[in-house]
Amino acid sequence: MTNEEIKEYISSIAPAATFDETGEWLNMIVESAQLKPTMAALRTGKMQMNYLFCLTCVDFKTHLTMVYHLSATTHRQSIVIKANLNREQAMIETVCDIWRTAEFLEREVFEMFGVDFTNHPDLRKLILEEENPKGFDEKKGYWPLRKDFEDPINMIKL
Amino acid sequence: MYNQTEIIKDTSELGAEGELVINMGPQHPATHGVLHLVVTLNGETIKKIEPHLGYIHRSIEKMCESLTYRQFIYVTSRMDYLSSHINNLGCALLVEKGMAIEVPDRAKYIRVILSELTRIASHELWLGAMAMDLGAFTPFFYAFREREMITDIMEDTCGARLTMNYIVPGGLMYDIHPDFQKKVKAFITQFKSKVTEYEDLVTNNVIFQSRTKGVGILSAEDAISYGCTGPVARASGVSCDIRKLYPYEVYDKVEFDEVLETAGDSFARYIVRVKEMNQSIRIIEQLIDNIPEGDFVGKTKNVLKLPKGEFYTRVETARGEFGVYIVSEGGTTPHRIKFRSPGFSNLSVLNHIAAGSKIGDLMASMGTLDLVIPDIDR
Repeated sequence: MTNEEIKEYISSIAPAATFDETGEWLNMIVESAQLKPTMAALRTGKMQMNYLFCLTCVDFKTHLTMVYHLSATTHRQSIVIKANLNREQAMIETVCDIWRTAEFLEREVFEMFGVDFTNHPDLRKLILEEENPKGFDEKKGYWPLRKDFEDPINMIKL
Repeated sequence: MYNQTEIIKDTSELGAEGELVINMGPQHPATHGVLHLVVTLNGETIKKIEPHLGYIHRSIEKMCESLTYRQFIYVTSRMDYLSSHINNLGCALLVEKGMAIEVPDRAKYIRVILSELTRIASHELWLGAMAMDLGAFTPFFYAFREREMITDIMEDTCGARLTMNYIVPGGLMYDIHPDFQKKVKAFITQFKSKVTEYEDLVTNNVIFQSRTKGVGILSAEDAISYGCTGPVARASGVSCDIRKLYPYEVYDKVEFDEVLETAGDSFARYIVRVKEMNQSIRIIEQLIDNIPEGDFVGKTKNVLKLPKGEFYTRVETARGEFGVYIVSEGGTTPHRIKFRSPGFSNLSVLNHIAAGSKIGDLMASMGTLDLVIPDIDR
């Protein structure tokens, strides 16, 4: 399947999706509300993207971007789906009912970036302690991988 | 007075349906590190397993954001310390891809030979430790006898036995030890004569077979859905060897087979790893006499700067697919770095394969997943 065909297929599901072909794989940016239906359509239908091999989040200081790397064990073509999120109210629907591996990966993103995954069955901290350290500003949130995170005790600035 | 024929079934003090919650770890001998499993039992049957991570979390991803492209490679040795060489290789490949650095053939050959030696060393350790979890102490010494030879080769060439840090962007840190080829050949001879001992001692052992066959069955669909890679997925019949699918370095020039089993149980995962060791020996045999002469490192700039954009590379470690994802803003340090570690995805399947089985079988299921905790926590 060529990139053009994939683009056409995605445009029929999510008309607002934009594409970027500068990288190694085809990148597409969808609206966060459109992510779940797009992902569900990619998993089934003619694409059959059954392998989610990387799920992460990137903090661009102005906004957060969720990044999903998808591949298929049949045709081995990889694509990257992105969705931009608001930094103050980071919220997106979970994909862990489509790919089971997303359950742990989303829990990691939740605690590191403060992204709230709606409909996630068990959204708790996975790696960090359940309670935030004492004396930390609760309003700011304790999200270590965000760029504005400051930890005066444990972090050494280079 | 109570009715003498009626059996009293009051389990209110035990919680719902007589549930028992036990903590396995963080200091449990079978978790090989600091993995903490909260196991909910009903009698001896496992109802649910919940991993609690983070005992060895060092926030490597955050740390790497302030390290340069030469420095961050050293940190990755501390993730999956049993395939540290292959982790280094994945990171070096990404920097070389991003900056279009030409790597000399000599470096490529040596990198592949050392990667395969690392894979054998990792599988040897796993074999000994897994057999020990199941109560057999002797295989540990057999496995470490051969592993010792590999760590000696690593010590001669890389200067370290575990965290090699031998690969730099563009090639290798320094050339191989003059005795390298001789020692590797001696190891191949030794390994080939001794590998049948594992079959006699472990594979053909009745107790071992009855403890692993049919235990922790993972279907191919679930393996893909949970993102399992490496021997765990290949034991379920999923073809996922990065060396075959997306060849890097000189893997497209050598002949080897991707080991596939279809049973998906603990015994199949054991068989895949033992057969993989033989395939690694096959790869090394093809390369060891043909290491080309020339430079061991290509020409690179002093200060490495990745162009603006996103990069992803994947390599096959002893545990599966290791991916490096870097978002670069064009500076000397990455803006965001994400390590897709194979152990993390393989751990997430544990509840699925072990729920419903007996707690004694958990050792076989968990042991054959081959978890390395620093790789999961990062």
